[in-house]
This record gives sequence, structure tokens and C-alpha cells, in this order.
Amino acid sequence: MELERPLPHPLAPEAKPYFEGLKQGKLMLPKCNDCGKAHFYPRVICPHCHSRNITWIEASGRGKLYAFEILHRSFNPAVKTPLPYVLAMIELEEGPRMLSNLVNIKPDPALIRCDMPVQAVYTKLNDSFTLAFFQPAKAN
Amino acid sequence: MAQHDTLRELSNSCCIVGAAESDEMGILPHKSQMALHLESITNAVADAGLKVSDVDGIFTAGAHSPALIAEALGVTPRYVDGTSVGGCSFIIMVEHAIAALHHHLCDVAVITHGESGRSQVGVTRVRDTSIAGVYEIPYGFGAPPTWFGLITTRHMHEYGTTLEQWAQVAVSTRQWAALNPKAMNRDPLTIDQVLKARMIAYPFTVLNICLVTDAGGALVLTRADRARDCAKKPVYVRGTGEATEHVSVTQMKGLPLSEATRMSGERAMKMAGVSHGDFDHLMLYDAFTSGPPIMLESMGFAKPGEGVAFFENGKSTPGGSLPINTNGGGLSYTHTGMYGMFPLIEATRQLRGECGARQVPNVKLSLVNGMGGMLSAAGTCVLSNEK
Repeated sequence: MELERPLPHPLAPEAKPYFEGLKQGKLMLPKCNDCGKAHFYPRVICPHCHSRNITWIEASGRGKLYAFEILHRSFNPAVKTPLPYVLAMIELEEGPRMLSNLVNIKPDPALIRCDMPVQAVYTKLNDSFTLAFFQPAKAN
Repeated sequence: MAQHDTLRELSNSCCIVGAAESDEMGILPHKSQMALHLESITNAVADAGLKVSDVDGIFTAGAHSPALIAEALGVTPRYVDGTSVGGCSFIIMVEHAIAALHHHLCDVAVITHGESGRSQVGVTRVRDTSIAGVYEIPYGFGAPPTWFGLITTRHMHEYGTTLEQWAQVAVSTRQWAALNPKAMNRDPLTIDQVLKARMIAYPFTVLNICLVTDAGGALVLTRADRARDCAKKPVYVRGTGEATEHVSVTQMKGLPLSEATRMSGERAMKMAGVSHGDFDHLMLYDAFTSGPPIMLESMGFAKPGEGVAFFENGKSTPGGSLPINTNGGGLSYTHTGMYGMFPLIEATRQLRGECGARQVPNVKLSLVNGMGGMLSAAGTCVLSNEK
């Protein structure tokens, strides 16, 4: 089966716990044991306090849409998602920001607002890779 | 010696004495990237009234190393710098060059840019995707418009800036391009045309995004004592600043403002001993219409959200009180990919009074500010035609 998007590449060893977590439907984040702050993307040093005492935590998967774009022209032919679709910067509840796509919403600037609450959803690409996407959080 | 005194010692110690573009600019499928470099260097050296054999410092960023440029040029430099942190690298290299010249590590420094950005002739493209390839490219990111729009929608959310205000930047810049025979797009432009142009990535239509061209440019610098013997009126480097903050937009702490831009502007103005109100000409790296207003805000020229006011009511246009991007910018004149060389060339020409129809009257103090990546790196130069 042809993949809809390019696989993460090249994968450094410090990225593995994150991608192993995604395969199990978990959003794993590196967290510093010294300053207590989480960071993303994963590194062997805490970018906040420069400690090397890093552990991993399971994030809630909740956050907010920090910023977005609606892509009408593909800059990346390996991504087969039909245009237009939403490029998203997510600010996770635990603090770090990550890039993803906002899914399960019409790609319309009148409907998409910065700071809207979002929730992670997981999509399997193949046996080795699952990616985290985000959708509008359900009201509770 | 206190830091402030050291900065002041460097201020005015060196001058830009040569500035030139490649023989041709635009869409050049018949010309290699190296040819663009070599044309620019020989043109800039001739502009300075010097010889290529006088060059003993080579500064360049991009695909070709300074060693390769030196070899192709046929010189043996005793100082080289290949700092490559995006399009502002050439602006940053003005600082590196004056430091090297001041300490006599070289006597004649050439900062050179050549990029077959459109036609890709004689180019080996090497791009570091070690982080973006894992965390960003799988989601459809992968080109500047896919990232810079994020900064822009966040700015709109926080400060209420509008698509019409960004469009005004393109309209103002086009008015200058109309006066520059070397500009690629010179037809008049309206806000409505910008808004209704083809959507590339909301919030950007195609007219909010820079050109993609083939061109080169070079600057020649030397110490102020030697500059007096050069062919043209020297342009003093009064202040410089640089910084890098991030590569991925996710790591930008003050998003939508740029810490690197703030730091570079602060040092450049401190070194020059000038403040925001002293400038009569600004050159701001315009890869996107939202860039220059955000740079003005990051450097403290405007309060957050108010940078767009610099482009309103004709203030930034020909005849306006503070002309901005008088070459027509990356939006309408040329943008090879690493644009930072071109605002330096324009500021030099304005300060020499060489700009013909687009000459800003009585310009004495110019600021050049540029970004590398997504406001990731920044370089600022304060230039003047008097000490």
C-alpha cells in the first residue's frame, strides 16, 4: 500500500521512546527530573536547565491550537492528503509545542481559532510508525 | 575594557567600499550559481576601485564554501568565514568582517552571495532535515510558507492584525519596485489584488510571498583609513548585531516576536550610539509581508501589533517620511532564497546617492535587518555616509 505521507526520517535514538509510545496510542514526552519541565522535540539535555537527568512521561494528549495555516498548495509531494488541509502548531497541556495537522474540522479560517482546545488522535502509517494528529476537543 | 567601549571601538572602524549585483538577475537558466558569485565579486571589487588580487578575506554562506569561492576566484585568502544560518548570514558577516578587518586578520574583505534559486544551475542542494524530517515534514511542512504562516496567524490572534494590513506591505514595496529597473515585478499593485491572488497557504496569497529568482551580490569592506583611497564615497559600518534563537518555530519563546531580531537590533544600535528615531531609511528582509512589521516590533521600533502602521498612509512609500525596502524588496525586486545580501547593497547605494528615481533625499542613517530561517537567526547593520 502506498503511504499517504513520508515516514519520519532520519530517526535519532533519542526519538525512539516518542515513536514507541505513539504505536501504543500514547503521547510520550521527555521531562527533566531536575527542573520538572517537559520538552519537545526529544533531546539528551534539558533545554530549560541544561540537565542531562531526563525521564519520559505520558502526556494527556490535550492542548490548544497555538497557530495554524491552511495549505492550498503542496510543498511536499510525498504528502498525499487532499488539499486544502490544516497545518497546526499545538501547545500541549504540559507546555511544549509541536507541529501536526488539525483534523476532523473543515479547513475554513472562519471555523479555526488560535487557542481552541484540541485532543490527540493517532493514525498508524505502517507497523513501525504511528503519528499523532489533533482534532477539536469534545466539549465536556 | 568594558563591553560598551569595545563595541564603540569597532563602530566606524570599517567601511563598505564596494557593492554590486551579478551582471543579470531574474530567471537565468544559462548561468551557474558559481558564475553568479564570480560576476558579483568582480563587479563589487571594480566598484570599490580595487583589484581581485587585493582580496584577502572571503565570507560566504550557502552551498559553496569560502574555500571553493576563493579557488574559483584565484585568490588565497588569509581569512575565511562560512557561517550559514539562513538568508541573514551576509548581514551577520558584516559584523564578522569588521571584527577581522579591525584586528588586521585581513585587509580587504569580500562578502559574496550567488544563488541559482529559481533555475538550480550548478547547484548541489544539501539540506539538514535531521529534526524537521522526523517531527515536521511528515505533516506536510517543508518550505518557508508552511512555517512562517504559523507565526503570522498567531500574530493576528494576539494583536488583531488583518490580511489587509499585511497586503499593505506588498503594495508599498511594489511602489518602490516600480522605480527600480532591476526589479522583477514593477506593475502597480492594490490591496484588493493581493487579497484576491491565488491562495498558497492561508494567511498568504501568492502576493504575500517573495519571488524565487537567480542572482548574486557582493560587498567589499576595508578599514576606514584605506577606504578613503577607494573609488566611491565610503559607507561607514556604525553598528552591527547578530543572534540566533531557534530553528524550528516550535522553539520560538516569544512567538510571534523574534528574540534573535530583538538582540541583534539592540546591539547594533548600541554600538552605533543611535536610537530608533534617528533612521531615515530602513531595509527589512521581506520573504513574507508579515515579516517587516514583526521585525519592527521585535526591534522596538513599534509596540507589538503596531508595526503595520509603518506601512500605512504612505509613510514607507516614495516621498514618505520613513522609506522602507526601497529596492522593491524580496517581494518585488529579487529573492534568491538567501536574500540578505540585497538589502545591504541597496542601503549602500542609497547612502552614496546612487539610486536615481528611487533615491531617498538626504539619507544619512540606514538600518538593515534580516532574518535567517523563520525569524530564527537575525543580523542588523547600522550604516551611514558620515562618521
